[in-house]
Order: sequence, then structure tokens, then C-alpha cells
Amino acid sequence: MQRNLFTYIWRHSRHEQLVILLLVVFAQVFYFLSLSVPKSIVNNGISGNAFKDSPTVTMLSMTIPLPGFLGGSIRLFDGFSADQMTYLVIMSFVYLGAVIVNAQFKRNINTQKGRMGERMLRRLRYELYDRILRFPAAHFRKVKQAELATMIKDEVEPLGGFIGDAYVQPMFLGGQALTAVAFIFMQNWLLSLVVIALLAVQMIIVPRLRKPVLVLGRQRQLSARLLAGRIAETADGVNEIHIHGSSNYERADISERLGHIFRIRFDLYNKKFVAKFWNNILSQATPFAIYLLGGYFAITGKMDVGAVVGVLLAYKDLPSPIKELIDWDQQRQDVQIKYEQVIDQFQPEGMMPEELQAIPEGPPPPLGHEMVLSGITVTEDGRVKQLDGVSLVIPTDKKIAVIGASSSGKDVLGQVMARIVYPSSGSVKIDGKDLLQIPEFLLGSRMAYIGQETYLFPQSVRDNLLFGLKHRPTTPATYEGELQTARELFWREAERSGNPVLDPNADWIDYELAGATGPADLLPCMVHALKQVELDDDIYSLGLRGAIDAGKRPDLADKILKARHALHGRLQAPENAGLIEPFNADKYNKNLSVAENLLFGTALGAAFDGDNLAADPYMQTVLARTGLDQDLLRMGLSIAETMVELFSGLSPDNPLFEQYSFISADELPNVRLLLQRLGGKGVEAVPPADRARLMTLPLRYIEARHRLGLIDGAMEDRLLAARRAFAENLPPALRGNVEFYDFAKYNSAATLLDNILFGRVVYGQAQAESRIRKLLTEVMAELHLRDSVIEVGLEYNVGVAGRRLPATQRQKLGIARALIKRPQFLVVNEAVAVFDGRTQDRMRDNILAAADGRGVMWIANRPSQALSFDEVVVMQAGKIVAHGAPQELEAKGGLYAELMAST
Amino acid sequence: MNLNEEVEILKGVPLFAKMEAAKLKLLAFTGERMTFSTDQEVCHQGDPGDAMYVILGGVADVLIDTPTGPLRVAQLKKNGFFGETAILCDAPRNATIRASESLLTLRITKDMFYRLVTEFPTMAIEMMRELAHRVEDTNRKLRDATANKAA
Repeated sequence: MQRNLFTYIWRHSRHEQLVILLLVVFAQVFYFLSLSVPKSIVNNGISGNAFKDSPTVTMLSMTIPLPGFLGGSIRLFDGFSADQMTYLVIMSFVYLGAVIVNAQFKRNINTQKGRMGERMLRRLRYELYDRILRFPAAHFRKVKQAELATMIKDEVEPLGGFIGDAYVQPMFLGGQALTAVAFIFMQNWLLSLVVIALLAVQMIIVPRLRKPVLVLGRQRQLSARLLAGRIAETADGVNEIHIHGSSNYERADISERLGHIFRIRFDLYNKKFVAKFWNNILSQATPFAIYLLGGYFAITGKMDVGAVVGVLLAYKDLPSPIKELIDWDQQRQDVQIKYEQVIDQFQPEGMMPEELQAIPEGPPPPLGHEMVLSGITVTEDGRVKQLDGVSLVIPTDKKIAVIGASSSGKDVLGQVMARIVYPSSGSVKIDGKDLLQIPEFLLGSRMAYIGQETYLFPQSVRDNLLFGLKHRPTTPATYEGELQTARELFWREAERSGNPVLDPNADWIDYELAGATGPADLLPCMVHALKQVELDDDIYSLGLRGAIDAGKRPDLADKILKARHALHGRLQAPENAGLIEPFNADKYNKNLSVAENLLFGTALGAAFDGDNLAADPYMQTVLARTGLDQDLLRMGLSIAETMVELFSGLSPDNPLFEQYSFISADELPNVRLLLQRLGGKGVEAVPPADRARLMTLPLRYIEARHRLGLIDGAMEDRLLAARRAFAENLPPALRGNVEFYDFAKYNSAATLLDNILFGRVVYGQAQAESRIRKLLTEVMAELHLRDSVIEVGLEYNVGVAGRRLPATQRQKLGIARALIKRPQFLVVNEAVAVFDGRTQDRMRDNILAAADGRGVMWIANRPSQALSFDEVVVMQAGKIVAHGAPQELEAKGGLYAELMAST
Repeated sequence: MNLNEEVEILKGVPLFAKMEAAKLKLLAFTGERMTFSTDQEVCHQGDPGDAMYVILGGVADVLIDTPTGPLRVAQLKKNGFFGETAILCDAPRNATIRASESLLTLRITKDMFYRLVTEFPTMAIEMMRELAHRVEDTNRKLRDATANKAA
């Protein structure tokens, strides 16, 4: 990247800059027209100067003046004669036309400038991001991610505004200033020399005064960047801060930084206004000189008064372009500094050459047969040797384990193989080709690496699982009609800003790599990979808790309905009786709350959700009409009495409140007061203000769970009547807020599990959960629904850095992501350490089975894991101390035997 | 069966006999009602225990593992209770309890129980009294037994 911003701008936008410059010059014609036409209107149209001799004049004749030797002037339009009134009207409209054209030009020029600036900004941002992708891995240990983000996002932003003016502004303003100077020169050369001298002083001194402002501006930029990095550190280390109780130390640090930033910014203001002050003084010094010298010349008769006034008038046009030129220069220096400071951070040593990341033409070729490591040494900042002259030959179809103590360098060896760590000396060659020269996509397709920690992107499980298959767009996305045109425009624009024309909406998945032929048979491959890492059950559970839109997946919705029927068929069997109380429109469900019984459906949105139901105006009218509001109030009163009786005397922070009470600890004293005031008078005496609160209590009441005996047969009937009334008269506007339970219909608002259960697990049935799970598994197996449910589970969003999944599941997903590629050579770098001992061994066996016929390099976190490998490498202090088959090494004893004995 | 009926049954449990009715009601309310079908195990000998059970209805067999298989040593009926040692000290279940007919119980977890006891120390005192009586009773039986043996 060019270090000079101007070169950079010129290189990428010269055509646009020239077009704009031309437009600016052309616009001047109309600008002058809009200035000169009024003169004609006043002099000829209104005062009638041109009409003194004849009643009509010829107007609007157009001639291109050419010298005689070219054949004389060419007449374009002869014009026509007009009287004074017509002249006035026509010239007024000419003026209006000129003004409009002038405004159009202005708009056009500004739009073009803006677009050019935005394009350059887009290009710059893209190039910076592109560089991040080519940074050497070690560089990320030095830069903070928040600082990178701030640079690309904020620090280059002002450049966009400046780029449009980078060339046009100085030319335009310079032209204006030169014209004014030339005019003064024509009036009086002596005075003009004085004016030029004073201008020169101004143009030398003011930028000097502004120099410290620029230096401070640079400091301000740096300190702001560091602040952003520091804030991100706080977020990253927030647990450490809380665990060690050191939040005030952090506060001290931030306060110190903010103080520093304040000082810089305040200094900046001071210096800025000092520069402004002198700028003003100096620009006023020129009229002072004109008054003094011009006056002197006039008095002494060397110049006439008119000329002095003429100079003064001409000078009127001078300060503003000069001032703007100085401002422009200031801005130029400012953005140049910003630009330099940003790009300096984006040119670390050892960036990956662009060719290695080029988009591949077709499917990846095979990796090669043999990896030869010779004399690999890795040092951290030239001090500690983590690897010390490691030489090793690994056939890419062999299974080899590396064991050693945790500081033996075995993990670094794995990182070298994955090209995360570059060796300081020595080389890795695959069939004679240097590992560092192999294109990234080839390594990404044919090799896989699993480290101790897995980073997941905040997307779905599926996106993360397939992440390693996306090296090139395999099938372009299809767009139709208007979309297609819009897309093409979009891509053309991308090209203009030097961005690649790559479509993230295209299908990027390399199905062949996963062993599939296309989207249709990818699911079994994914399920297989999940099974290999024992993650299929977890994803299946996530799937059961996920929802689908029956409109989009009618096939699956249908199958789920079948599962519902099958499950309810099984529930008829005597041994399964009473496990689930199904949703029955004609029966009160004792295992649902009163609110759920009234709504009898899944709430969509907030209106009918939870406690909101009681406050909903439509629900209130239904309750009032059915007379149920009084009943609910009575129930509420009864619940309140029971709660006061049960929970009085319990300390407010007792967890029992949260778990069991209908009334929160804070509210309990108020409710007690209310009951005391009522003194057993009944619901009629309840003040209206307290009614809403009492009404919400019974809505949460579940007869089977709370067992207060509040709902008898008669009450059930009345609640059922209200349920029916609610559904029958539901206004169309509210229809979208609830999806009613219907045994024959799939409920898109509910989870798959709720759809299949179609009822509530009965309270207090011993081992109900596990018995239902067993029934469910049977039903799903019978209907071959398991994979479809897993497919739904694959849509689960794993959250930032995958934190919505537990650590072990994250790691399993990371392993599955590597296995689904079916890599020719797999490096497993202590990747199973997070699991318990038995799972570690199982995972190893699964991974080895998955890599049947292909190569594996297993960096063992426990030496005993190495027993099932063809070859074992023993490492100590960055060196290989033994290498051979396990039996040979066993016979030799030494460190191998020692390590084996320790587990 | 509603809460008040459960409270009546709890009153019949010696361990809770002397507690105030309001506290028993809270105990019943926070407790979880559990039904077991015939032959379903409530708990298994040797498993860690985390809750005690009061029988609200039905019959349960108390089984002890012997070299020749489980041996029924007792039967528990309504008002009977078991598992109290599990919540008072962290001992494993000393017997297997199995429903011999449809069994209705009130399950009181250890957590819940301790929360109530810390909140209402009088509850603890009443229980101490009851336990002391039991220890005294056991001691007396032991004394009688050794006296008989000596004689």
C-alpha cells in the first residue's frame, strides 16, 4: 500500500477526479451566467438602456468567435428581436434557467464527489480487512482485536469525506485566488505585490502554528485506539476482574487514561484557537495595508481613489478561498497522518502472499504422500527455543502419536504442521513442496487441525459444522428479474471499489469433500460426523426444543403430526396411563395454569404471554361477560390469604419465595395490609386498584401442582365456557397473537417436542420424564424422524464464540468440523483434553476409525493414548528423543517407559 | 387430595407431630407430590439419598438386600415415612422401597427441609426432641437386650 495518501487516491480515482474537475470548470460558465444576467436585466430590461435608440433589440444570438484565418466567427443562432417587456420576461427566465442549471451542476458534482469518496473508503476498508486475513498468526498476539476494528471502522472514516475534495478543492480555490490576485495586479502592481507578500506570510505562518495541532491530533487518535483496546480487555477479562475483586484497579487505569485523553484534547483546543486567532489577525492585515498604502498613494496622487476602491473590492474575494485553501491543507495533513498511522499497523512482517489465498479454480488436488520436517526450530521472540532442530518423516497415510511432557514442545509441533506457527528455521516439505508455499484452500481441504480450544462463529451449528467445506462458490446463486439486475449493479459497484465479486449467497459447500453429491444427501454426512463425536444426541435434544414453520416445512410438520398420533396411541396403554394430560378442548387441564387453560394455545408475541394475559383488554371483556372475573378475584383472594399464611415470617431473601410463592417477598407486606383492610369482607370490598394484582394470582395457579383445591367441577365448567368464548369471539386483529391447540394441526409457534407431546407431563409421576423420553425415542425411531429432528437442531445458534453450547459440546463440534472434511491428514493437538478420561479414549478410537486409511498426527495429552498408534514420537525439551513402534520403544525403556508409567 | 388433607397426614408423622400447623402447611406446599405405580422403586438400597418421603396413600414394601436376593422386612402404609436419615445425615439409602400397590407420597427434599429448619428453629427443636426420644428408646431396647443376654 502506498504510504502517501495522495498517490493512493490518484491511483484509484484519477478518472473520476478528472471528470469532476471538468464538471467544475464547466459549471463555472453557468455560474458566471447567473452572475452576469442580472446585470443585463437591471440595465436593459428594467432601466431600458439598450432600448434608448430603437424599440427592439436582437437578443440571444449565439456566435463562436474564431479568428479570421479559420473562416471567421461561426454563427449558431441568429437570435430574435424583442421589445423591452419581452426582453425582461425572457431574460428573467434565462436567469432562472441558469440558476437551475447551476444548482443541478452543484448537486451532480457533490453526488459524484460523495460517491467517489465512499468508493475509496470501501476500497481502503476492504484492503485493510484483506490484510488482516493475511497477517501472520504471531501478529495477533501483538495487536488487539478492538484496535483493529476501531481502525477500520472509525479511523479511516474521515478519509471518505476528504477524498472527494482532494484534488478538486485546491484547483478550484487556487483558481479563484489567482483570478483575484490577477485582478488586483491589473489595478495596481505595487499594491498587489504588498498583498502577495502578506498572503505569503499568512500561508507560511498559519500552517506552522497548526503543526502542534497535528501532532496532538495524532496522539488523540492513538490514545482513542488504546482506549478501545482497553475496554475490550475489560470485557474479555471480566470474570478475572470479578473473581479477584480488582474492579477498582481497572477503574484507576481507565480514569488515568481518560485524564490523559482529556489533556491531549484540551491542549488541542488551545492550540487550535491560537492558530485561528493568528489566522484572523493576518487575514485582516491585508486590508490594513491597502488602506494605509493605497491611501498614501491616493493622497500623494500616485493612484486615483477609484483604483484603491477597486483593489479593496477585488480583495474582498480573496480571503475566503485563501482561508479555505489553508483549511484544506490542514485537513490534508490530518488525513495523511491518520492514513499513515492506520496502514502502518497493517503491514507486519511475514504477511501471507496473496497468491496463497487466491480463489481455486476447481476441486482441490491431493496433498501428497510424504511430509518431511527438517531442522525445525521455533523460538519465541528469539529467546526460548520451543522446538529445537526437529527432523521427522511422516507418510500422509500413517497414524503417528507424539508424546512428551507439557513443556516438551509437542503442541508447538502440531501448530507448525497446521501452519499456525511459522518455524524460525528449518522447513516442512510435502513431496518436496514447502508447506509455506502451499495454497491455503489446499491445506484447508486436505488437512485438518483440531486444537485444544475451538472457536465457533456466532451462527448455527450447521454453519459451524460446514465451515471447513467453504473454499469457493461451487454453485452460483440464481436471481431472477429485478433481483438479477440489482445484483449485477451491486457487483459492478464492488468492482469499481476494488472489492472481489464473490457472492456469499452462492452455495460454497464442497459436497464432494464431505462425501456427498449435493444438498440432498448432505444431511446423512452431517449426522454421521456428529455421531463420530457423540454429539448427535445433544443436537437431537436441541432439535426437539426448536421450532419449525409448518408453511416452510410441510413435510416435516406432517411427520411430527404422525409422531404425535403414534405417541398418543402408546399413551393409551395401561402402563403408560397418566403420564401426560393431553390438550383436550372440552376438558379442563389440571396440569396447566388457569391462564393456559383460558388461552388454550401458544401465545405469539407479548400480548397474551404470561401475566400480560390478565391485563389484556379483550381477555378482560371475556371474563366480565362470563362473570368469571368475580370468581377469579375470589380465587385470588383465597390464594393471597394462603400465601400470607404460609410465607409470613420467612426472611425475604429465602429462595423458597422465588420458587414457590405466588407473591414476591417485596409485595407480601402490601398484600397482608390489603387483607387486613378487607377484614374478611369478600371480593366486593376489594378496591379497584388492587383488583388487577389479585386477578393475576389465580392465572398462575396450577391445580395439580399447587393443590389448594380451588378449582372444583363447577369452576372447571365455567373456565371451559370462558375458553370457548375467548376463541369464538377473538377479533381478527388479535388472531395473530395465539395459535390454538388442535390435535389435527401442527403448531408452528411451539417446539417440536411440545407438538409431539401435545399435552402436559403430569405432575408428581415418578420418573415421568425418563419414561416419556423412552416412548419418544421409540416413536421417533419407528417413524425415522431422528435425522429430521437433528436437522432442526442444526439450526440452533451457538452464540458468541459458541458460548451457548457447553465447553465439551463446543469441542465436539470443532472435532466434527474437521472430520466432516474427511481430511487426508489430520492433526489432533491435545484436542480431547477437555473430556473425562473414558470419553478421551472413546474419542480417540472414534477419530481413528473415522480416519481409516488416512493419516493422523495425534499429539497426546496423556501418553497412554499413544498405545493404539503405528508409530510414536517421544519429545523432550523441544527435541525428538525417541521414535518407533510402541513395542520397540517399550523394549528400549527410557523416557517412553517413564511417561507410560506415569499414567 | 388437597393441601389441608396432606397437612392432616403430616400431623400423624411422629417426626413432625409437634410442629405448628402453619409450618406443616408450608412443608406440604413446598413438598412435591409423587405417585408411583405398582412395583416401581421409590429408592434403591445403597443409592445416595436427597429426599424423604411421607406416604399419603397406598402401601410400600421395605426390602433389604441379602445374599439370596431382596428380602421384605416391613411394609409401610399411609402416615408412614422413610428416608429421614438421608436428609439428616448424608447416609446412603439403607433399604429399597418399592410400591406394592399404587403409592402416593409427599417428597420433601433435603434442600427444602434445611431451608425451612434454618428459617424456623423451633421446628428443629421439636425434631431434636423427637430424635432424642428415639435414641433413648433404642438405648433402652439395647439395655434390655444385653440384660437378657447376661441373664
